[in-house]
Amino acid sequence: MPNSTNSPRGLTRLFRYNQTYLLIILVVLVAVVSLINPRFFSGRNAMQILRSASFTGILSIGFLFVLIAGGLDISFTATATVAQYLMALLLANNPEIPIVIAIILPMLIGTLLGSINALLIHGLNAPSIIIAIANLNIYYGLLQLFSGGQWIYSFPRWFNRLGRGYLFRFTDANGAPYGIAYITLMWLGVALVGFVILHYSKLGRRLYALGGKLEAARRAGLSIFRLRLFAYGFLGFCAGVAGLVQALDTQTVAPNALVGREFDVVAAVVLGGANIFGGTGTITGTLLGVALITVITNALTLLRIPAYWHQVFIGAVVLASISITSLRAKLAKRNERTIDVH
Amino acid sequence: MFTKLQTRYQTWQAANSDVAALPWLLGAVLLLMTVLTRGRFLGSSNIINLLSQMPELGLLSLAMMVAMITAGIDLSIISAANLSAVVMALVLTQLVPEGASSTTVWGFVVLAIITGLLTSAFLGAINGYLIGYVEVPAVLATLGTMILYEGVTLAITRGFVISGLPSQFLLLGNARILGIPIQMLIFAVVAVVIGLLLQKRPYGVYLYFVGSNPTATAFSGVNVRRVLLRTYITSGLLSGIAAIVMLARFNSANARQGSSLLLLTVLICMLGGTDPYGGFGRVSGLVLALVILQMVTSGLNLLGVNSFAAVALWGAMLVGVIIYKFVQRRRWERQGKQQLS
Repeated sequence: MPNSTNSPRGLTRLFRYNQTYLLIILVVLVAVVSLINPRFFSGRNAMQILRSASFTGILSIGFLFVLIAGGLDISFTATATVAQYLMALLLANNPEIPIVIAIILPMLIGTLLGSINALLIHGLNAPSIIIAIANLNIYYGLLQLFSGGQWIYSFPRWFNRLGRGYLFRFTDANGAPYGIAYITLMWLGVALVGFVILHYSKLGRRLYALGGKLEAARRAGLSIFRLRLFAYGFLGFCAGVAGLVQALDTQTVAPNALVGREFDVVAAVVLGGANIFGGTGTITGTLLGVALITVITNALTLLRIPAYWHQVFIGAVVLASISITSLRAKLAKRNERTIDVH
Repeated sequence: MFTKLQTRYQTWQAANSDVAALPWLLGAVLLLMTVLTRGRFLGSSNIINLLSQMPELGLLSLAMMVAMITAGIDLSIISAANLSAVVMALVLTQLVPEGASSTTVWGFVVLAIITGLLTSAFLGAINGYLIGYVEVPAVLATLGTMILYEGVTLAITRGFVISGLPSQFLLLGNARILGIPIQMLIFAVVAVVIGLLLQKRPYGVYLYFVGSNPTATAFSGVNVRRVLLRTYITSGLLSGIAAIVMLARFNSANARQGSSLLLLTVLICMLGGTDPYGGFGRVSGLVLALVILQMVTSGLNLLGVNSFAAVALWGAMLVGVIIYKFVQRRRWERQGKQQLS
């Protein structure tokens, strides 16, 4: 954390930030993987990675908000599934529906479901994880019940074009065109919105205050309920966007396709330096966390390591990241204690 | 006579407010299910089914409860159980030589059980170390190990199911003694041991202390970290025992078995009066809640209710229990204030 009394300049200061280390690891990793497999280091592959990371990336921004506010929610993949499924149903039954409505619908549903989480957690003073477990099962259970496990493939043409489309046409060595996918742009858009909220709005600063110390935030006159409603609602909104993006990416919607994808999100956000105790965390760190997780996953595939090891790796990343944060907090507390004595 | 009974009941109710509603609920569920299924619910096949399904859920709920009493939670119980089950299944399917005599197989069954329990204790110790010594919040530590343990199980099994266990081992999940399924007896013994541990041993008292106020407990000279380590080892061991029962009953092990049980264990703990904020919870309440939940489950089964509808219903029931507890606490607080003024 930056120290105001003797702030070092230039490079030394950079090393006070988590992101610097993440960036160094990322660069080294990309260099090593590129040496092993030169095909990795190409603009085309980079765009492909950014495209496939969008789903995790969008959810990570929302999850970051909840972590900053000092909460926890793992029901967001269920929210994303419900949102994308209802959208897909609407599109399959009424292909003529205006594009705007089809795109806004999952976001509204996501926000609504996220707000329900906040309402229950705050109103009933219950541990957020227990509410998350309950809602996760309610959403999945109802969706499976009413969908009958049916997959949806039939989408209008614009949906296909939006999913496959990209901006800025480049051509690779073989003359095949590629560019920044619209899907990736949606991720960057959500990240930008998150960045502006966290850094330049009162709301964002208050979220940090709430996560830093709940009682202090309460005594400062902040509405804890409204802040929580916003954080969980925003995660729900992100889940809606992520559901849309995943449907655009794969052009299929299945009621159980997203089960287990929440682990990557948790790993990316805690790796990105968000404090599990609330109150700290940055968009840039989270973006780097998502990039690292995606590049490593990609590298594991390139190195022909069986996919079953992916989850071992994700679990190890989560445990290592939260252990380091907890150890730091523990050491900080110990130092505080000595100051108290003198 | 009647008034005497009434006052006695009221005293009991006041002293046991956490579980007082449960016997009524149990009776109501029993009545409702019997009426809805037109008596099939009380048939012997359903009762046997009930008794053979209950133990695994009960053991896992106990594993959840000990963690909750310390104001923690153990999200990794199912993953730990599956990993232990896979380890046991590997011992039983890979190590037993072809055409081994029955005594040799029995030897391997014992070996498998010991390996399985050691595995689960070790997995619990990882949780306990992270929570007690590294001071990671229990939710996140066990969320991380849940992902990790499931990942390791996936990596070992490559996503396949291990089955074909020796019949000697399968007895543990299928045999009956005096008409009672053997796993029910295992559960009864374990429940009594945990009950005694919590109520009669110093460790049990520390457990509740740690859940109520860890700082005060530490200042009273209790080694809070060691209590937490022991608690999560206990939680792991209970998952391991559940793994034995499940492996023997299903004759198979895989990475994603019983993933919906996590919700049920939380529901049973909370319905049984365990406070997720720590300090409260006991075996008797848990057993009552377990019986109620298992009756609902097998009743829904008999009625042919869709299993996904059941999952949604359990989720709704969990929210319902939380609302009930919230209203109850509110009422106490109001009564407390009235008495003060």
